[in-house]
Amino acid sequence: MSRRVVVIGVGNPLRGDDGVGPAAVEALRGRVPDGTVLTVSDGEPARMLDVWRGADTVVVVEALRARPARPGELHTLTAADAASQTAATASTHALGLGECLALAEALGQLPQRLVVHAVEVADVELGAPLSEAVRSALPELIDRVAASVRQGHGANHEQ
Amino acid sequence: MNDRGTRVLRLDALARVEGEAALHLRVKGDTVAETRLRIYEPPRFFEAFLTGRGHTEPPDITARICGICPVAYQMSACRAIENACGVTVDGPLAELRRLLYCGEWIESHTLHIYLLHAPDFLGRADVVELARDQRAAVERGLRLKQAGNAIVEQLGGRPVHPVNVRVGGFYRTPGREELRPLAERLRQAREDALESVRWAAAFDFPDAVCDHDLLALRDPGRYAIDSGTPAVMAAQGQDPALREFPLADFEQHVQEGQVPHSTARTAALDGRRYLTGPLARYAINGRWLHPVAAEAARDAGLGDPLTGAVCDNPFRSIVVRAVEVVQAIEEALRIIGGYERPPRPAVEVPPRQASGTGATEAPRGLLYHRYALTEDGTITEARIVPPTAQNQTAIEEDVRKAVQARLETAGPAADDEELTHLCERAIRNHDPCISCAAHFLDVTVEHT
Repeated sequence: MSRRVVVIGVGNPLRGDDGVGPAAVEALRGRVPDGTVLTVSDGEPARMLDVWRGADTVVVVEALRARPARPGELHTLTAADAASQTAATASTHALGLGECLALAEALGQLPQRLVVHAVEVADVELGAPLSEAVRSALPELIDRVAASVRQGHGANHEQ
Repeated sequence: MNDRGTRVLRLDALARVEGEAALHLRVKGDTVAETRLRIYEPPRFFEAFLTGRGHTEPPDITARICGICPVAYQMSACRAIENACGVTVDGPLAELRRLLYCGEWIESHTLHIYLLHAPDFLGRADVVELARDQRAAVERGLRLKQAGNAIVEQLGGRPVHPVNVRVGGFYRTPGREELRPLAERLRQAREDALESVRWAAAFDFPDAVCDHDLLALRDPGRYAIDSGTPAVMAAQGQDPALREFPLADFEQHVQEGQVPHSTARTAALDGRRYLTGPLARYAINGRWLHPVAAEAARDAGLGDPLTGAVCDNPFRSIVVRAVEVVQAIEEALRIIGGYERPPRPAVEVPPRQASGTGATEAPRGLLYHRYALTEDGTITEARIVPPTAQNQTAIEEDVRKAVQARLETAGPAADDEELTHLCERAIRNHDPCISCAAHFLDVTVEHT
């Protein structure tokens, strides 16, 4: 019965802004309380379910494609929000984050608390770096993720 | 014949295919006039990326090509570099590599069977819908996949893009005791794997016959995974029925060409269309399946692999994959059972000026690498031929045939939606992997 807080950066660092999740997780190393699991993932559902097994709080950092696009814009979504946004998520895997969450829900494997911090992408070309828009949004994104982590630990602490 | 004019189906993104691909289909009256599968293929990008790097770097760099089969890229890269440097990795180190590869087969095949392919046969939109009314089956699939993940994580050092593999072997090898929990998990997974075969074998399979030549590694005495010689089983009636060629001659036999509609090169094998992957492996290596896997194959109606049975219905590839999962589990258990920690985690691979080739059986088929090195190990040329690119022409032909057969069927004419679905099914039979991609699910159908 662990009381874990898990942060999952979903995405592919070789695909421009799709790498924002892993980039945020790297930036958080050394800046989150002990007992926080920091991990990156390609978002493949079986791995995601495995990673958050036993966790109470899961914070997912993901790239998002929206129309009309406002690259760099930050979104904070609940599991239910994200599960309904299947066509708008951009990630590196066969099923999007939305399907992954919907699958977890159908199987009764959603963690108690799950929050998704997403950034609207500008460029997901192979070999591209993070775009200027996404790079500028990174500090605020990291603050938001760190806040969710603290909140997770606080909530766990109360229990 | 009822001429309904020309119509064009454009699937800009294929649902439940790993990565980015698009299909363009032109139907003229009742005839499929054109089938063009457009694949966006990153390995070519990596060929340029690798030039100028050191000879120890390809396992780590090429693992990034695919989130689903990084081990395949690592293993083919290691074999090619070691071949160039005149080094052979054998004994317990080779067995550990094979164990790692088994883990990848289990997770990759299970992902395809349960999360991507099964919904086609059960009339469900996707795995989420499937999970709502076949929860136990989906949970079984996830358990199985996680058993594969566990092997990759244990030997690879982490679950995604393993970091423990190096040219010559590993950075660290596990002790006998460390593998014990894996064996327990695999013994449970064996039941799930056998149940997968029974589950998939009971699906309803459309009639279809593929008549491509088949290419797989052949490793007499065992079911080829991480080593072997390229072998070709000719399409029925062609002579000779089975032939082999040295891996060093691969690029003389497999001629790649550029087509305007795809960034992937298309490949022909001695001028003919061919298929690599589970159907090819089963046809060429079936007699060396573990008895438990062979029995599962027989019970599933795949014929007797011991007498060289061939599965030529691409829709049944899901059953062959399920049998290969049983094989990978048996093989993994065998390796763990006989494992002794090797005296050192890797053998030295001193560079030399040479060129080397390496090929292994990725879950989706034969994966070939070639590297040219300078004296100090700098890579001057890299060549990566992934299975999906090799299968592109065969997949296009399967799509053409499936749509053509539907157009010739009596009764109500097929609408675009039905044809779109049929195309996607025909493509998903082959589990093409267009890896390293961002994935968008939009599908559009366009009329002209």
